[in-house]
Amino acid sequence: MNSLILSTAARLLLPLLLIFSVFLLLRGHYEPGGGFVGGLTAAAAFLLCLFAFGLPEARRILWISPLSWIAAGLTLALTAGLLPMLFRKPFLTGLWPEWDLPIVGNLGRPLLFDMGVYAVVVGVVTLIVFELAEE
Amino acid sequence: MLQVILAFFGLGRTDARSRKQFRLVLRWLAPLIALGLFIYFARFVPLVAAGERFVVPLPWEATVGGVAVSLDLLIDGLSLLFALIVSGIGCLVFLYAGSYMGDDERTSRLFLWLLAFMASMLGLVLSSNLFGMFLFWELTGITSYMLIGFNQDEESSRASALQALLVTGVGGLALLAGFTMLAVIGGGSDVVDLRQSTAAIAASPLYIPMIALILLGAFTKSAQFPFHFWLPGAMAAPTPVSAYLHSATMVKAGIFLVARLTPVTGDTTVWIATITLVGTATALVGGWLAWQQSDLKRILAYSTVSALGMIMALLGVGSPLAVKGALTFLLAHALYKGALFMVAGSVDHGSHTRDINELAGLLKKMPWTFAAAAMAAVSLAGLPPTMGFLGKEVDFEAALESEYALWLTSALMAASFGFVVVASLVAIRPFFGAATAAAEDAHESPPTMLAGPLLLSIAGLCLAFYAGWFGETFISAAMSETLGTPHVAKLALWHGVNTPLLLSAGSFAVGLVLYAMRDRLLSAAAPFGVLAAIGPAAVYRGLLAGLKWFANAQTRVIQNGRLSIYILCTGITLITLLAASWWFRVGTIETADGPRVKLYELMICGMMLAAAIFVTKTGSRLAAICLLGSVGYGISILFLLFAAPDLAMTQLAIETLTVILFVFVLYRLPRFKRYTSTLVRARDGLIAIGFGTIMAVLAFSVAEHAIDPSEKELTDGINRMAYPEGRGRNEVNVILVDFRALDTLGEITVLSIAAIGILALLRLRLGEEREA
Repeated sequence: MNSLILSTAARLLLPLLLIFSVFLLLRGHYEPGGGFVGGLTAAAAFLLCLFAFGLPEARRILWISPLSWIAAGLTLALTAGLLPMLFRKPFLTGLWPEWDLPIVGNLGRPLLFDMGVYAVVVGVVTLIVFELAEE
Repeated sequence: MLQVILAFFGLGRTDARSRKQFRLVLRWLAPLIALGLFIYFARFVPLVAAGERFVVPLPWEATVGGVAVSLDLLIDGLSLLFALIVSGIGCLVFLYAGSYMGDDERTSRLFLWLLAFMASMLGLVLSSNLFGMFLFWELTGITSYMLIGFNQDEESSRASALQALLVTGVGGLALLAGFTMLAVIGGGSDVVDLRQSTAAIAASPLYIPMIALILLGAFTKSAQFPFHFWLPGAMAAPTPVSAYLHSATMVKAGIFLVARLTPVTGDTTVWIATITLVGTATALVGGWLAWQQSDLKRILAYSTVSALGMIMALLGVGSPLAVKGALTFLLAHALYKGALFMVAGSVDHGSHTRDINELAGLLKKMPWTFAAAAMAAVSLAGLPPTMGFLGKEVDFEAALESEYALWLTSALMAASFGFVVVASLVAIRPFFGAATAAAEDAHESPPTMLAGPLLLSIAGLCLAFYAGWFGETFISAAMSETLGTPHVAKLALWHGVNTPLLLSAGSFAVGLVLYAMRDRLLSAAAPFGVLAAIGPAAVYRGLLAGLKWFANAQTRVIQNGRLSIYILCTGITLITLLAASWWFRVGTIETADGPRVKLYELMICGMMLAAAIFVTKTGSRLAAICLLGSVGYGISILFLLFAAPDLAMTQLAIETLTVILFVFVLYRLPRFKRYTSTLVRARDGLIAIGFGTIMAVLAFSVAEHAIDPSEKELTDGINRMAYPEGRGRNEVNVILVDFRALDTLGEITVLSIAAIGILALLRLRLGEEREA
């Protein structure tokens, strides 16, 4: 699939889509969105790269392998679960720091968990599609 | 204490394939650990003998149906006796195992499982909570499975391990059910507290099924007839394992359980009669089979079965005298049988055979082994001055006094004949006479291998001389716990000439005669060999074969590798279950509000319907996928219209990705063809329509009936709590990442595993292509 239009569009769309997916992830706690749909959007962005630039390039843009995404996501989610236990609270209790971060807002434990979901979804979708695209 | 026990699991988990150094360390560390535990427990002896009870509460914060589940530990007379046996014999067996294994690569693994087993067994005897006990009970089963199947490259060894696991596993399941009933009836799960409600338990209508289940667990674990057949099979394990698990400790778990529960559920005719009957039957069957074997370990295994039966029968009788006899004999048995198993292992190690027909004249080559064998055999045969003699005297005395004096005494006599024959077979036959070829090349075992059997058999002798002290400390405390009331056990080596002594002497004489006539008796007993064809082992094999046949048959039908059949089965099952539960719970569809459908909603639905119909008509896969995609998009628009933007967004993304995914799959598929007949397609169509109908019906019912007060409470609750508790205004997301975050964690884990599975499948296929 060597289309100039597609590759040019992909070059422009990729950052936009990725920013949008992070936006979805961050706003999820207050407005429609969340880690799952954010992850799907990001995965869609990477699939676009696959169509536009081919598999090796798409793998490079993904930065780490899909399996590593999955592992990272599960680790994040598990960390989010274990973190409250350091403060002698039950597994997965919501923790909210006293201070806010600029732009992002209050970075609570649920967001960390949602980031885990995001990474797992990106990993799973790209894992399957990239493997299918392998010739 | 739990930390100590758990530490073993940690220790056991260290790299099983580590190097020689680690093996050497473990070889000495394992006995030291056991010795440390033995000393630790021994310190409790004076306190427990004075009637004290130590409880180590370890609450688990789990209460199931009002019944506490905990890992509370209890040190009292009974558990202390068992804990000392487990750790003391453990120490000697570990010492022995180190030399027995020599330079074997797998020594670390053996110690790993032996230590894990010891931890489980200690947990089992020390638990004061029924469910904690059950947990450790199962752990002993699993570690025993690994130990029996230790030579995992031999098929017979794997089969024996599986047999033991299945037989004791079925018993374990029954035990869990029995324990649950007991906890519900008795209103608690602490073995000591339950003694308060003995009357209520015995009066309950569930009493009979409950003790049936509990006893099934105890009988399978302690190899009682008709479940005795797994124990000889378990001899596939390395000899140290047989000496430890299958004579001294694990097989006594069932006896421990019966003793533990006697003050709770005992004292009824059913309990007494069942246990006594099964026990005597086991004693006789074990004795009958023991003398016919020619493998040293199998001889010992069957005589263990016989001894376990005897102990069980006496516990069943439940009079103070019988319990005293059972506990004394239990200890005596642990000492001499552990020693004899290790002797058998040494003989095997030194002469490379365990067949008594090939063994004679070992005395010169293995004098120390013979010394251990002789001392243990004297105890086994019930001759003075040994623990075995002591135990048997009390047993006879108790049997004579019991309600069933005649047949219990006869059974004990018969079992004693067997013991004498076995003792002669093990201690006389291999060591005397003209040396055979195997004996010529034999060599004596190293001191570490002699220490175990010698110490155990000497202990069996020495303890008998301190019978009075011993009875007042150990046996009294254990007896009091078994009977539920304080008792003092008076033991003495010499009772004077009385009926039990005469019975002992008589059984010894008859046993010797039987041993002398063994060859002639063997040919006489040969015709009974056909019984094996209808014995419990055959039933087990039949059941196993039946299970396999059933599994194969239903797999051939339901999971035959064609995806369409899988979907068909899933669909039919779902339709049936949903329709049935809808029919019985709801049964009507109310559309009281009447239709208020808007035109654009109708248009979307029409589009979806048209797309769905075309899917079935089209001959192109790509078209079918696009059409299915448009159905999905239609659904997401509906979600949007009905104020569910989260769902709509996710659905849109999913649909897009699904279409892309399918397109990739299409590359790999062969040309599209219709393989199915019209009839099959009509059937599939019917099922599809049925499924759609039932889903629609359910949707209507949910819309009409959802205003259940409890559900209202749920939605209100989430509405109310989302912001203050979850700090989020998006309720869907708050549920996903906070209220039900554990579910989500589970889901992403499943998703990851599924992805890895898909990866494996795809790689597998690619591999095949490359080969071709």
